Amino acid sequence: MYLNHALDATFSALADPTRRAILARLAQGEATVTQLAAPFKLTQPAISQHLKVLERAGLVMRRVEGAKRPRRIAKGGIEAMDQWLGMLRKAFERNYDRLDEVLAGMEQPKKGE
Amino acid sequence: MSKTKTMSKLKLTTEGDTHVVVTRHFDAAPEAVYRAHTDPKLVQKWLLGPDGWTMPVCINEAKPGGKIRYEWTNGKGAGFSLTGEYLELVPFSRIAHVERMHLPDPTPDNHVETRFDADGTGTLMTMRMTLPNTQTRAAMLATGMEHGMEASYVRLEGLL
Repeated sequence: MYLNHALDATFSALADPTRRAILARLAQGEATVTQLAAPFKLTQPAISQHLKVLERAGLVMRRVEGAKRPRRIAKGGIEAMDQWLGMLRKAFERNYDRLDEVLAGMEQPKKGE
Repeated sequence: MSKTKTMSKLKLTTEGDTHVVVTRHFDAAPEAVYRAHTDPKLVQKWLLGPDGWTMPVCINEAKPGGKIRYEWTNGKGAGFSLTGEYLELVPFSRIAHVERMHLPDPTPDNHVETRFDADGTGTLMTMRMTLPNTQTRAAMLATGMEHGMEASYVRLEGLL
């Protein structure tokens, strides 16, 4: 029961492309809301809202440093990214598997063509 | 070093803050792999991403300054596109181009260098992408996750 609930929270947190981008960014290191907002053309409150969803799902953690609250990726977030990357890698390989077939079906290059 | 069939032929790594490198072996000569990347009729057959997607528009002018335009659709109303320009082509060994996705807003430019080197009787393709900054690279990764398209090139070890 609890596990299912946790998985639901993870999947709905990851259903949004901006949240996946935030997670991917945090996988590269800690960042503040200001730093996270910059590349997404979103307001800081919008980013904060996304972070709240990610934190509730256990994918992101916050630290207190004076007035700052830098976020970092949590263990659950690393595992979630791992799964997404696995899917991504499969989609990518599918393109190249298709290219293998295209190459197998190509005629030998004609000289002087 | 010899290759084993059981190992995945695809390798994805990040390099520094802004690069992503993809390598893949093909059992065909560099000329054939190069043509499959530059002949629109061939590109249309494989650069499709997830099952069920097609590329009804495929413009690929393989010459310096030539335009690239790919449009994908899933046949159920969803679609997106990629545009780019060729910078340099060395048949059948090297392609340099710049590309961006339209989702529909354009993503920052991705500079791509693709090399085709003879590898035994086949070809080792090395695609090296350069993004403007580390945030863009992260966003590109997330976008690629959604679409499962070629904009998706990171190995976990490189990312973490």
